[in-house]
Parts: sequence; C-alpha cells; structure tokens
Amino acid sequence: MTSTEARKQQYRVIGTRPIRHDGLDKVTGRARYGADIHLPGLLTGKVLRSPHAHARIRGIDASKALALPGVEAVVTAADFPIHEDMEIDLVETLGNLRVLAENIMASEKVLYRGHAVAAVAATSAAIAEEALGLIEVDYEVLPPVLNGPDAMDANSPRLHENMTTHSVAKRFERGTDTGVGSNIASHLQFKLGDPEAGFAEADVIVEREYTTSTVHQGYIEPHTATALWDFDGQVTLWSSSQGAFGMRAQTAAVLGIPESRVKAIPMEIGGGFGGKLNTYLDPVAAALSRETGKPVKITMDRAEVFIATGPTSATRSRIKLGAKKDGTLTAAWSELVYEAGAFPGSPVGAGASTGFAPYKIENILVDGYDVVVNKPKVAAYRAPGSPQAAFAIESAMSELAEKLGMDPIELRLKNVIRPGDRLPTGVPLLPTGCEEMEKAMRSHPHYNAPIEGPNRGRGVAVGFWGNAGNSSSATVSVTADGGVTLVTGSVDIGGTRASLAMQAAEVLGITAEDVRPSVGDTASVGWTGQTGGSRTTFSTGLAVVAAAEKVRDEMVKRAAILLETEPEKIEFDAGTFKNGAGKSLSFQEVAAAQVRTGGSITASASSNPRQVGPAFAGHIVDVEVDPETGKVEILRYTAFQDVGTAAHPSYVEGQIQGAVAQGVGWALNEEYVWSEDGRMENASFLDYRMPTTLDLPMIETVLIEEPNPAHPFGIRGVGEVCIVPPMAAIANAVANATGRRLTHLPMSPGRILEALERPATNGTGG
Amino acid sequence: MTARTINLNVNGEHKEWSVAENDLLLTELREREGLTGAKYGCGIGECGACTVLVDGQPSLSCLVLAQSVDGCDVLTIEGLARGGELDPLQIAFLDQAAVQCGFCTPGMVLMGRALLNEIPDPTEKDVREFLKGNLCRCTGYSSIVRAILTHRR
Repeated sequence: MTSTEARKQQYRVIGTRPIRHDGLDKVTGRARYGADIHLPGLLTGKVLRSPHAHARIRGIDASKALALPGVEAVVTAADFPIHEDMEIDLVETLGNLRVLAENIMASEKVLYRGHAVAAVAATSAAIAEEALGLIEVDYEVLPPVLNGPDAMDANSPRLHENMTTHSVAKRFERGTDTGVGSNIASHLQFKLGDPEAGFAEADVIVEREYTTSTVHQGYIEPHTATALWDFDGQVTLWSSSQGAFGMRAQTAAVLGIPESRVKAIPMEIGGGFGGKLNTYLDPVAAALSRETGKPVKITMDRAEVFIATGPTSATRSRIKLGAKKDGTLTAAWSELVYEAGAFPGSPVGAGASTGFAPYKIENILVDGYDVVVNKPKVAAYRAPGSPQAAFAIESAMSELAEKLGMDPIELRLKNVIRPGDRLPTGVPLLPTGCEEMEKAMRSHPHYNAPIEGPNRGRGVAVGFWGNAGNSSSATVSVTADGGVTLVTGSVDIGGTRASLAMQAAEVLGITAEDVRPSVGDTASVGWTGQTGGSRTTFSTGLAVVAAAEKVRDEMVKRAAILLETEPEKIEFDAGTFKNGAGKSLSFQEVAAAQVRTGGSITASASSNPRQVGPAFAGHIVDVEVDPETGKVEILRYTAFQDVGTAAHPSYVEGQIQGAVAQGVGWALNEEYVWSEDGRMENASFLDYRMPTTLDLPMIETVLIEEPNPAHPFGIRGVGEVCIVPPMAAIANAVANATGRRLTHLPMSPGRILEALERPATNGTGG
Repeated sequence: MTARTINLNVNGEHKEWSVAENDLLLTELREREGLTGAKYGCGIGECGACTVLVDGQPSLSCLVLAQSVDGCDVLTIEGLARGGELDPLQIAFLDQAAVQCGFCTPGMVLMGRALLNEIPDPTEKDVREFLKGNLCRCTGYSSIVRAILTHRR
C-alpha cells in the first residue's frame, strides 16, 4: 500500500506510528466538538441571511421578532462598531477590518445570497427560527454580477462603488492604486527574463484556456460558536476553528474591544481545510450574549455552510507554453482570473507564484486578477489558489508532451527545478526533492504497468506548495512520575498532538506515550498561529523541540546534583543520565527528585522560523470513462510526495489520501450550481456530491523523505500540496482514455458526454 | 403538538422520555442525555454523522422521530465499549489511523459494527457498499475501509 524511500537518518520516536493521544476520545464519542458545549441558561442564536445576491438595505424592522415570547435579543450591523476601510494587523495576516466586519453582518449592502443581515437569540431553536421570519428587511434589489470575466467588464454592475484597481508586483503587497474604478481589486504581475524572446525561440507552442467552478472545503462539522459576555466585560468563546488565537483577534477587532478581554477556548474541530480560519459566528454570538447577559450558541445548518462561509475561487486561466524540440521550456505565460467573492482577497497570488514552480523556466510572465463577484467571500482551501492554476498548467504540460512525442514524466524531468534554481517569484528553491520524486514516479510499478481494456487511460501531474512558517508556542512540564505534559496553541485537526508529542519524546529520550499533549486556550499558552499552511508539525514542532531542549538541559543539571558531579560531565542518552563513572539515573528518577533539586521543571518556547521548506507532490492515476454514461471511474491512484521526514507516517499518508479524495471530487463532481440570480441551487450534500466510499479505490502513497534543512528532524509541511496535482492528473488520464481534452472542472458525466461528441484530437496526453 | 411518554433502552440503560411529535432522536440523545457522540452534520440524512444503532440496525438519528423508538434498544458510540473494554473495531480504527478529525468516526464505527454483525467476513466491496452513505472528508476512506477489513481477521 505504502512505500517509503530509505530515510537518511534514523530516529528513536520520529518515524514510528504510535496511536494518537486523542484517538481514544474520538472512537468512544467522548471528544468534545464546538456544538457539544452546553452551559446553564444557554440561548440559541440564528442568523437571518439575504435572499438576494446584490441589494441595498433600506431598512430593518425587528419589532415583531422582539415581541415574540422567548426572543431575548436581535442584533444587526447597527449593534457593531462602525469600522473604517483600513488594513489591520491580525498578527497572522493583514485583514481589512471593514471587510471582516461587513462579511459578518452587512450594513448598507448585501453582496451575496446568504450574507448575514441580522441575528436572533431565543430560548429555543424553534423560536429563533420563527423570529427570523418576523424580521422585515426592506431591500432595493440590484443586478448581480456572477462570474469573474463578466465582472471585469467596465460596464458590469459594481459591488463596491469606491473600489479601484491596485497594481501589484509582489505577492501580499497592497500595491499602487491605479485610481481606476472597477470590480478588479488588484492586478498582479510577475515577470522573469524576456517572455517574448522565449516564445520566439520555441519550436512548439501550446496555448489553451481552462475554467474551474466554485467548490467548498466540505468539512462534515458545520461552523458553530458559543460566546459568553460576562458582567465584567470578559468575553469567552468556545468555537470550532483552526486556531483560537485567530478567533480571538478577529472577534476582538470586529467588536472593537481589546484582545486581552477575549478568551478563546478551542474545541475539537470536525475538519477545516482552510475554511475555519475566518470567523463568521463568534462576534455575532458575543454581541447577542452582550445584549442578553446569557451564553449564546449559534450553529449553522448545512445549507448555511455552503452559502454563507468561504468556498474557493472559480477561475479562468489562459496558459501558453513554448518549448524546444528536445522538450526544454523556453517561455511560459499565464493569465489567471480568480473570483474573490463579495470582497477582495482571492488566492490568485498563490496561483501565480506556484503554477510554474515545478519547472526551471528562464522567461515567465504571469498576470493575475483578483475580481469581486456577488458570491460568498472565498476562504482558504488546502494550498489555496494553487490547484486551479496547476489544473491548467499541468494539463498544458501533458498536452505539450504529446505534441513533442515525449513521455510526460520525461518532459517534467527535463525541466525540473532543482535546489538553488529560481522560483517564479525570483526566490531560490531550498533543498527539496522534486527531481527525486519524479524519478520515483517514473520507475514505479504503477507507471510501468500496461493499461488494459478499452476507454482506459493514465495521467500524471505534479504540484508545488510553499508551506507556512509563522510563530507558535509550547510549554513542556515534567511530571513526578517521569512523564511530561505538553501544551501548545495549535488546534489539532489531523493528528498533530501526536506528531508534536513525538518531537518532545525524541528530544527527551522518552516514549510518545510518556508525553501528554493538549491544546491550550488563549489564556494558557503563548500566541500561536492557526493550524493552516501545513505549518503545525513543522513550526509548532520547532517550539516544542526548543522547549523540550530547555527541559532536557535542566534535567541534566538536576541529574548532576543527584550524581554529585558537574553538568558538563553528564552524558544523556535515550532517557538515561550517566555520570561517566558507571553511575546513571533514569528520566523517572530525575523527574521524581525535581522539587528537592531546585523546583519544578518546566519550560516554554516560541518558534519564529525564517526558512520554511516547500513541498512537491506528483500523482499517477488510471481511469476508465464510460462512453454510455460519461462517468469516470478511478481505477488506480498513486500519490508521491516529498514529505521531508515523515514524523508519523500513517498520519502523513492520511493527509495525502484525504487530499486526493478532495481532488477527485473537485475533478469529477463538485461545483456550486448557480441560478441566474445568484442562488446556489445545490446547497446540500446529496446535490453537491462529494466522493463516497464507492467513488475511490485504495489510494497508494509513496513518501520521499528529503530532509527539510529548516527543521532539526527534517520535518516539512505535508497537508496541502497533495491537493494540487489530482485535477490535472485526472484530466490527463481522461484525455489519454478518450482522445478529448476537457478544459473545465468538474469533468462531470454531462461534460464528458459532450466532449465525446467532438472528434478526438488527442490520444496519448497522459 | 402532543407530548407522549416513551420507554426505551439507551446503551443498556432504561429511559423514560416525554417527547413531542416532532422531537428528533438525535436532539434527545445530545441534549437530554448529553450523549454528544452522535453528530449533526447535515440534518437531512445525507452524511451519516448522526448514525446510531436502533435494535441493531443503523439509523440516521437526525431523521428519526423520538416517539418512533418507543420500546427500542438504542446504541450510541458511547455504549459500544462495554465494561471498560473497547470493541475490537474501535481498536482497529486506532491501529489503522482511521481517525483524522474524528467527526465522522462515531458513525463510521457503528456502521462497521453493524456490517460485521451481518457479514463477519466482508470483502472490500461489501465494506464500500455498506458505508456509501457515511461521508468522510479527511481520510479518502482508505484507512477506514482497511480498519474494518483488518478487524475481521
């Protein structure tokens, strides 16, 4: 099922597969998620959402709702402070405060169907629901604009009357204001070398346009938030989020109160994939609690999750590749149009900087457009922005391979980026095993197995993701029985309590089970960035290692006292302290003596990595296309990835397998179906149609372990890059099976049948 | 809306509930009994996160009216481990790393238990067919299917 390339260094704990510390609670139903919280006097909150995609709010009358017995409060934008259009420092990101607040509760205009306009707190869910129907909102309905290319037209309706296009030359920069009013929030451009000259040198050129639909992260747990605004002005939040510190910062900013007055308690989280980095409910629940003096819980229903949280961008990508006859790429161009939803902030910058990253290309021009449309404001979704660009570029690469008569992996290897080569952003690549991974793909039995049977084909694609660093905090404390407790600020979504505890155990010479990890609230541990960007095992790991090393050094001093020698003479090996003269003490013995040798042993540390360590993934997929129904079946799937050092291989494999499943859904079925007036017509699991057990085979994984020099154990982020290749790999396999190149996602049965009506143009482009 | 008193067993304990016609089994388990292992994921029977066993049969408790389980045996995830011992399938889920965020896990484990009670030696196809109504967004199902298959041995 899984093979791992030989690891360069052996560890005692890292690389083993202990059972995760939170596993027992999760198989017995004891783990407590956001909606599982219950408090005395708890009220139920519900949110009234706009039925229009674009409208001006002329007035809101809540008097009838307030008169309903059991209704304790109604809040609207008038109950939140008025925020200026300004960038604020949320430590983690720069957020526009007005956008943050407006997306949570609309004040003057609603900008998508599902946009919050009011919220109710009542003594029961039924009463809250009834009250929503009694709130009267007077709307002036405006024409909506529902796709990126349309919205770019100067004559299209404008979402934000005062918005002008910013011109950006570097990712994350605000850029210079062009002064031109438009739905285009920003135009980003990267240029390397001389693209025009590069294309003139090419023997073969591939040029094509690709489009993708709006898709959702699809976590099974709906958003939920519980808040208590206490009599002393202290606000406590219990929420389902990817980071308590992010919820604290956003909630305090929207409510206009100091962060120090908010305590956020992280509950277990039922999946996030980037979609639970932003708050939607916490400030609303807090405002309702302020008005009622009681705790308030708001939980979204499934339709609300689809229409009122952040899916990822629908896109249009135009790609042009030029190559010599031997396959050497001479130039590459992409024009990426990403829908941001109702407010600026699509991940087009990530698409622009990652799409060509697997290749060494001297001449590159990338134009990216961040465009507002009357749809929910997009949020992060696993390697946000990269999959859409990769679908287009990796499809074009395989088409180019076909035109050149080259094997698609050979073409990729011919142009592979190597450490030290410049990425499209101009930054040199750190040691990362893209080439080793592609060689492993080329020699794998899957790639060399014959494709048997009609209507079957094979496709490959690769992908890149930069991964995040950011700061995290950890505290390690020794218990008298010889174990340690570990508190970090990182919400655990996929097994990070285990992967972090293992790092502490490795340093301290104890077992993973000797470490009791927990996720601290914002009052019990130092500031920690959210669980996103594939950063937790890496960056929180750095904090854990640093704290554990402090504890180890202190333990050495105590052992020296007990062994009546100097600390320098103590040799620490696999949990044993030796004095060099035949005497030794176990970790347990030193731990038991901690109070009498100088007090309790505890240490905290924070990480702030300057280097991160990016990641590459490459996938091979075999499909069968049913010419009668248009259904694509995944026959075999093998996912390769440079994972640095796999801290816990099973959980690394789980990340990869989960990302592949999401990618298969994105490739074949998932999309928001929009009505002409901007209503999502398929806001349920049945109609949105995510992959089930019947849609997937066992997903094989191959872990390539090229140690990350930015981490003492070589660990790099693994969770996101694996969603970058699937869409193109599957499109390439469909092209290989049918001779037709599909350029729109999803490749749903209807679109496959339409393509089969066209004459075949392509036979081998896997 | 007429309330009615019903008698049932929940995880082996006798319960007497006064429930209205439109009260749902999921809500009663979560709010009345504090058994929050069964999850609300969609509310309309499309994700399987609310799965419990009613008289041994998997039921989507978000769609089951509480009054309809009068006289029934209801097993939730909290009742699967008996006498301090985990069900072997719970151990298999841990061993096979079949738990990621854990939100679908209670439903998946109970579905697996129901399948194994029916077919002690299922094939991969049997497992995939039986679990098709239970969504997981984290694992790609590989580890979950493997947990149920390895348990049979």
